[in-house]
Amino acid sequence: MTLTITADFAPAASGVPNAQPAPRLPLRAGVGLKPQHFGEILETAPDLGFFEIHAENYLVTGGPFHHYLGRIRERYPLSIHGVGLSIGADGPLDIAHLDRLTALLDRYEPQSFSEHLAWSTHGSAFFNDLLPLPYDQTTLNRVCDHIDQTQEHLQRRLLLENPATYVEFAASTFDEATFIREIIGRTGCGLLLDVNNAYVSGVNHQRDPYAYLTALPLDAVGEIHLAGFAEDCDAAGARLLIDTHGAPIAEAVWALYAFALGRLGPTPTLIERDNNLPPLAALIAEAHCADRWIEYARRNRAETPA
Amino acid sequence: MSDQPTFAAALLDPDAPCPAGLTAWNGSDPVRRFAVYRNNVVSSLIDALADTFPVVHELVGEAFFRVMAGVFVRQAPPQSVQLVHYGAGFPAFIEQFDPASSVPYLADVARLEFLRIRAFHAADADPVSPEQIAQALADPERLPALRVTCHPSLGVLDSRYAVASLWAAHQGVGDVAQVNPFLPESALIVRTGLEVHVVALPPGSDRLVTGFVDGLPLGEAAALALAAHPEFDLTIHLALLLRYGALSSFHLPTELSP
Repeated sequence: MTLTITADFAPAASGVPNAQPAPRLPLRAGVGLKPQHFGEILETAPDLGFFEIHAENYLVTGGPFHHYLGRIRERYPLSIHGVGLSIGADGPLDIAHLDRLTALLDRYEPQSFSEHLAWSTHGSAFFNDLLPLPYDQTTLNRVCDHIDQTQEHLQRRLLLENPATYVEFAASTFDEATFIREIIGRTGCGLLLDVNNAYVSGVNHQRDPYAYLTALPLDAVGEIHLAGFAEDCDAAGARLLIDTHGAPIAEAVWALYAFALGRLGPTPTLIERDNNLPPLAALIAEAHCADRWIEYARRNRAETPA
Repeated sequence: MSDQPTFAAALLDPDAPCPAGLTAWNGSDPVRRFAVYRNNVVSSLIDALADTFPVVHELVGEAFFRVMAGVFVRQAPPQSVQLVHYGAGFPAFIEQFDPASSVPYLADVARLEFLRIRAFHAADADPVSPEQIAQALADPERLPALRVTCHPSLGVLDSRYAVASLWAAHQGVGDVAQVNPFLPESALIVRTGLEVHVVALPPGSDRLVTGFVDGLPLGEAAALALAAHPEFDLTIHLALLLRYGALSSFHLPTELSP
């Protein structure tokens, strides 16, 4: 990897433990920014650590989205979360999309940029979903190449999100945690730990989410996501959880989150809600609940220094 | 072996077999699990179309809309990761979609709604200032040579149906039952500040605006409108366009004696 390292791009692979992008999200909870809440946020200035947007919604030229985001950005830290880069795609990355992302990042100077361990495009078609990957050597090489290319293009460190999946692949030769550890070791990217995804995939593939979480490279975590899921079942009647971002965060996910913070210490945490959008107050209440866990983790850390 | 081309094709084709090489911890048939992806893809894209085309959705109802949009999604998945651009081909699809033929104005309502989304996200530009207007009017002799730039959000839809009135009736403005859908209308779609306006244009305005968009000077654009509608009154039409901030610059070519 040949890279000019700028101030906000410090890969963990450089040997500095816990190296993080220079401007960091505050160690607090934030909320996903939705156009329905623009006006209320500006009027009431809720006490939140940050907002997060989906990059693809803000690649438009002008109009109200940029008007409101600009004003909200003046008051809050920002995380930009991509859903369309298709890092796992078997074809090349879309350079025009990387250029548009660069322009967006330059414009809003977010404290964090993240994407997914998944694919969402094939050829010119965009599927608007995060599709699963076999965990084998070919995929690993391709994903690492795409992350190297992205970090180089954007001149910043990327946080990669662990996926929620519904199938596994006969071709996989790595377990998911090992696969992610390999990627992070090779590319120096960070980890966006989606605790809901860890739980959902745990149930869907009958694996212990606590063991999974412990096996991840937790020192690379730069942000946590929390969300709600829906319930279905597979052809044998086994529980199948769907990562809908359409419900309040489940108790089991809060418990796993508390465990994660016990390992990580205070970590920026996003309340993700994209469907069945409730009033802003409901999301703020969830964010403040996460803040209490973050504060507890902070106190614990202070009392029991490593 | 499940490869992405096979997986991708099976997402959009409900009759395709579940891709090979997928497994489940309990050995169950992965088809139910794969169906989650199929459903996520198709229903999230139908949702995206429902967001862009709310009046079309209202006109035909949820059940009909989802079937119609589902056929479109499988035929024409998005070609861009920016979902706000998805649906440019939906009006033409509706026009050819036989089951919708009992609502003949549906495709034009869809065209109007797509122009609204385009206007919502179009580039920002200030409308012409009162000073620029006064300056242009101060020299009536040169007015015909005036070059007019339309606001980047501007769109005009010339329809055989009362599209602007139908659309307005679905915003709670006026009574749907009172709208005769078969009266031809031209609709102006333009964003003023943060708000997109849909305005029924008096006859001839569409010609005037189309002339501006094609780069014709004011005199030639007005002549086109007048030829189509003998009662065309430029003052009224310009006032309407200025009121909605539809014009973003005036420019007189540098002095050249004719």
